Amino acid sequence: MTPTEAKRPLQLNDQGQLRHFLSLDDLPRELLTEILDTADSFLEVGARAVKKVPLLRGKTVCNVFFENSTRTRTTFELAAQRLSADVITLNVSTSSTSKGESLFDTLRNLEAMAADMFVVRHGDSGAAHFIAEHVCPDVAIINGGDGRHSHPTQGMLDMLTIRRHKGSFENLSVAIVGDILHSRVARSNMIALKTLGCPDIRVIAPKTLLPVGIEQFGVTTYSNMDAGLKDVDVVIMLRLQRERMQGGLLPSEGEFYRLFGLTEQRLKLAKPDALVMHPGPINRGVEIESAVADGPQSVILNQVTYGIAIRMAVLSMAMSGQNTQRQLNQESEEQN
Amino acid sequence: MRTRILGARVIDPNSGLDQVSDLFIEGGVITAIGDAPANFSAEHNLDANGLVAAPGLVDLNVALREPGYSRKGSIATETLAAAAGGVTSLCCPPFTKPVLDTPAVAEMILDRAREAGHTKVFPIGALSKGLEGEQLAELVALRDAGCVAFSNGLDCFRNSRTLRRAMEYAATFDLTVIFHSQDHDLAEGGLAHEGARASFLGLPGIPETAETVALARNLLLVEQTGVRAHFSQLTSARGAQLIAEAQARGLKVTADVALYQLILTDEALQGFSSLYHVQPPLRTATDRDGLRQAVKAGTIQAICSHHQPHEADAKLAPFGATEPGISSVQLLLPLAMTLVQDGLIDLPTLLQRLTIGPATALRLPAGTLAVGQAADILLFDPQGSTLAGETWFSKGSNSPFIGHCLPSAVRYTMVDGHTCYQA
Repeated sequence: MTPTEAKRPLQLNDQGQLRHFLSLDDLPRELLTEILDTADSFLEVGARAVKKVPLLRGKTVCNVFFENSTRTRTTFELAAQRLSADVITLNVSTSSTSKGESLFDTLRNLEAMAADMFVVRHGDSGAAHFIAEHVCPDVAIINGGDGRHSHPTQGMLDMLTIRRHKGSFENLSVAIVGDILHSRVARSNMIALKTLGCPDIRVIAPKTLLPVGIEQFGVTTYSNMDAGLKDVDVVIMLRLQRERMQGGLLPSEGEFYRLFGLTEQRLKLAKPDALVMHPGPINRGVEIESAVADGPQSVILNQVTYGIAIRMAVLSMAMSGQNTQRQLNQESEEQN
Repeated sequence: MRTRILGARVIDPNSGLDQVSDLFIEGGVITAIGDAPANFSAEHNLDANGLVAAPGLVDLNVALREPGYSRKGSIATETLAAAAGGVTSLCCPPFTKPVLDTPAVAEMILDRAREAGHTKVFPIGALSKGLEGEQLAELVALRDAGCVAFSNGLDCFRNSRTLRRAMEYAATFDLTVIFHSQDHDLAEGGLAHEGARASFLGLPGIPETAETVALARNLLLVEQTGVRAHFSQLTSARGAQLIAEAQARGLKVTADVALYQLILTDEALQGFSSLYHVQPPLRTATDRDGLRQAVKAGTIQAICSHHQPHEADAKLAPFGATEPGISSVQLLLPLAMTLVQDGLIDLPTLLQRLTIGPATALRLPAGTLAVGQAADILLFDPQGSTLAGETWFSKGSNSPFIGHCLPSAVRYTMVDGHTCYQA
């Protein structure tokens, strides 16, 4: 068999710039670093009296959320507003039967209203890929979370948090703890850390919450929390959802907390200056002790602040990459 | 009509015949191979120099989508697609609307297939009413209406006791039961083979044990009830091994595999293309290689298309919201020829797995090329090539192979001596 023509990576334009932001798979280290650098420069904007830059003036950003969200949706809105874009937000309730159809039609309709960029959150893994490939390839698509697959802006804001507090990734040990199986944040973090050169990525969970073959992400698995936390520089806790008690994944919240909850006592096993992170919303007393969540090592609220800067960076870069591609397409059409 | 096919390399895997000869057809039957029968004067001469003449292919699973799903396919379109893929006899599964659990539905399908006239059609009846796994379908009445075997597909039985009774009842009348072994509970909610690829993509997994647990149970029940059993759509190397072990201890079970399972692996899911969404799922390269070896060894004696055409909308959604299946029957021969191209098996062996292998599994009157037999003949150019999708008869264009250049080209497909497809 001879293969079909080689495809350009979906997320990049012909010049290798970001035009959609769907997942962190296959993105080169330089691009991730560029996102972090750009976000660093936007952090300064947030500190000004007038918090706006005109990069997306006259552009329309649509937040289309098929799943509930407060933090992600709000920070995307703020990010777009600080870039001077017009922003609309739609909370689309999903009906399980016509999910695919309504997704397709909703977005086609929004595209017809001349939206320039979609931020999409959807319960199906691969939804953002589907939209970028089949629904609106000419609109910049930003993945605000798809199923268990990817949450790339969360991944990058976690990386920004780590870099701002630790300087670099080269000598770090990072532990990710909890429900890895259902977590798109964990997947994005594992890939980002690997790409950025973090040499020691640990995932800590019982086997029921670990995806099969996860070692192929380049991580080490631990089922003992104490062993896994030993001398780490960063601890990323994940939210444990109540429904995990059903279907035999876990016996009880109490047993989970006893074995995998982050307490002050346990945190002492990590390095003294270890960061405590959490993508939120946190479950106090389920995966993390209040004293730790509110303690001096916690950077959980910094993550939220950095989230705006990361989203500004991604929105502006993808819009620029998409514009460049449009120009390239136009030029090649004129030549033909 | 009297037809003479001149100079083809005639391969009949059943008899071991493999030589350049002439074929003589009269009244829809092969009357001679080699020298012309006495007083034979051909009305039609077909120069087949450089072509291979083989028995028409026998495909044990081609969803025709009729009645009930005409937007996906029809008996006329899908049997024509099958003929273009080299098929002269096919079995259609009972997943129609209404379900093929009454003689009326079987008769309707057979009538329309005869009307279309592209291939012979052998319906597979539902093993339980409505495929609900609770009450037995009227198996004997369905047999009398033309059903050649009975299956509940991937829909499971309510419990093992009812399944066992279904098997005992089928055994009473020497009926063949087809198993698509996948444990419902282990597979529930799954979209892809449980492994690193699905983990990476965040797709819920279907573990290999979903197949092997069900397979082991079914094999033990077959052994106990003595029912004639065929195991369909194997996906794992371990599953093929379970079949081989059962065969080695004397259990007369047969097995088939979907051709695409011998070619694709779960690596194809990267990028979330819904064209690769199939049930049971694509598994690892190790599984694919294990299945290939089982085909080579004969543990798996039939290669089938497991053709499932869909309308475009069925595949136009995020991966998990799409319908599973590949429209595959039209590429059966050229895609299967990649196995010869890859050096896995030689041409006669491949043709065995595509003709007499499947025909004997379900006791179909097909799959041989011999004097006195129906002139169901495939003529193809082994040196030719097929650009997949260049012509396309199936209503479903959900094939990941479209655009690929595949080895060999079907030239003529004949059913009962009539040309039903000509390239």
